[in-house]
Amino acid sequence: MEPIRSIESRTVVLPFTNIDTDQIIPARFLTTTTKEGLGQRAFADWRYDASGAENPDFILNQPQARGCQVLVAGRNFGCGSSREHAPWALLDFGFRAVISTEIADIFRNNSLKNGLLPIVIDEQTHQWLLQNPGATVKIDLETCTLQLPTGTSVKFPIEGFARYCLLNGIDELGFLLQKSDAIARYEQAHA
Amino acid sequence: MNAKTLFEKVWEQHEVVPETADTPAVLYIDLHLIHEVTSPQAFSLLRSRGLKVRRTDRTLATMDHSTPTDPDEVFGRVPIKVESAARQVKELERNCREFGIELLGLGSDQRGIVHVIGPELGATQPGKTIVCGDSHTATHGAFGALAFGIGTTEVGHVLATQCLLQRRPETLAIEVSGRLQEGVTAKDLILAIIGKIGVSGGTGHVIEYRGSAIEALSMDERMTVCNMSIEAGARAGMIAPDETTYSYLKGRRFAPQGEAWDRAVERWQALRTDPGAKFDRVVNIDADRLEPMITYGTHPGMVVPITGTVPDAGNDPVHAKSLAYMGLSGGERLQGKPIQVVFIGSCTNARLSDLELAARVLKGRKVARGVRMLVVPGSQQVKREAEARGLAKIFIDAGAEWRESGCSMCIGMNGDVVAKGEYAVSTSNRNFEGRQGTGARTLLASPATAAAAAITGKVTDPRDFLSELKSVVHS
Repeated sequence: MEPIRSIESRTVVLPFTNIDTDQIIPARFLTTTTKEGLGQRAFADWRYDASGAENPDFILNQPQARGCQVLVAGRNFGCGSSREHAPWALLDFGFRAVISTEIADIFRNNSLKNGLLPIVIDEQTHQWLLQNPGATVKIDLETCTLQLPTGTSVKFPIEGFARYCLLNGIDELGFLLQKSDAIARYEQAHA
Repeated sequence: MNAKTLFEKVWEQHEVVPETADTPAVLYIDLHLIHEVTSPQAFSLLRSRGLKVRRTDRTLATMDHSTPTDPDEVFGRVPIKVESAARQVKELERNCREFGIELLGLGSDQRGIVHVIGPELGATQPGKTIVCGDSHTATHGAFGALAFGIGTTEVGHVLATQCLLQRRPETLAIEVSGRLQEGVTAKDLILAIIGKIGVSGGTGHVIEYRGSAIEALSMDERMTVCNMSIEAGARAGMIAPDETTYSYLKGRRFAPQGEAWDRAVERWQALRTDPGAKFDRVVNIDADRLEPMITYGTHPGMVVPITGTVPDAGNDPVHAKSLAYMGLSGGERLQGKPIQVVFIGSCTNARLSDLELAARVLKGRKVARGVRMLVVPGSQQVKREAEARGLAKIFIDAGAEWRESGCSMCIGMNGDVVAKGEYAVSTSNRNFEGRQGTGARTLLASPATAAAAAITGKVTDPRDFLSELKSVVHS
């Protein structure tokens, strides 16, 4: 995995609470056996009509959303299923961070393992972002800060080990494999 | 001695390496359940890194999410219609063969929804850590196991190391006093809980369901409650093991036998939360006051008693968007609303007692004209037992479709879908937009409420049809 230090991008805003993983990637697209190409299915039921044509009213189909790497969404983003296809689809679409006041547990876990930053911020900063779509923000993973174009800078929490892995491009499986002696001892003691 | 909760005891017994400020705990996993949809990319990871499955004896595979429910497709008399699903079935067969994992495949009489067969085979046991690439893994917590859903990367971690890196979650006690009243089921209870604490009310927490109303539940009912813990955002839901748990498990395929059984029960009895143990949060619910519940919106927290009305959106644009999707207006009564589909199935409500309850309502009655009713048993074993007890005949005689087991219309991956704009009263767990098919409008409810709706073709209070329900629900 590529190390991540900072992301600077305009935002795209989906101002809905409880956006579930069935919206992020509908189940009928989970029949793939690879990770590739899911970006074109991201938010499929909001992006396309029944004939497959783009819905021009949906923000992700509008020119100002192109190239945006930061998604700002309402509270409890990513609730629902454990499908890792959700962060895969968002990453494949081009997003590298999701900002909300609350992010569902399994989605957050899955995102961290794929280099999609789940950024949880306070209500006030969130309100500003919702009201200023397209603002250019800077996310600094080394200092765990989100900087707004107003100059305001806020801290965000992120699990320390996941952050270390992201900063250094380390995948967690390598770390777990190094614990094989401890695992073998545990297995012997609990046989 | 330090008083501990059930969760804390199970967690601490599985720490290979305890967590520190810098690193999460390395947590040992006793049982890893896998299925065709969230595993292919994990096996690809193993192949690309030249890794084996560390403990094939702790790994069990089945097929449920995208599999057909039409017997001709299931048993290979005709090809599987959804081609991509057929590919996933083949891929899981190949992966299990190459990595040496037991697969309860399409032809197996032990196949079924992963969260139905784990308990049914006795693989799910108190005190175990259980994971699966599926968020409804919380179901297994009904046995006092710590069970939670994981993503595909973590499926790979468990395959390769039998461990996961985990931060310890907080604990939430949900104390349910009193007793469920006639016509009010475990499904109504968990919907009421989600309605109360909200769809993110359990985020970051493991729930322990406690109290007299919980202790009175059968294992099937406990599984229904724990199953939907994730719909409140919780990592897992647990219920302390007791005699109900032990008598369910005894004699099942993977359950300990002979002296090992006695030793296991002794160990399991020690898992109960100690008197005086502290939870990070406590929520109280009075079961006596609950009514049958039904959802009206696009997440499971949008739920009201069946006698209630649709809450007004007020100034909330998200609520308004949800009602627009559902084709409902604030203030509207739900009872009497015409419906087109009834689905009885899913890991929430497709066990034998769920089918018994629905059959009790339907017996001697017909599915209303213009209503499609699909009954999909949770496993092949449930299917056989339902057939042996005459339940299947009740469904078929009423005009319902009786299918092979699988996730089916809960997730709509296999072609069993609700058409755009149609209302489905469903015993499943999610009413998200498009969950049961693009544009489908899902009303989540109990098997009794679903069966009542099938008869009238409208949202109906199941108590209208049930007089002797209590003996069924608490049998």
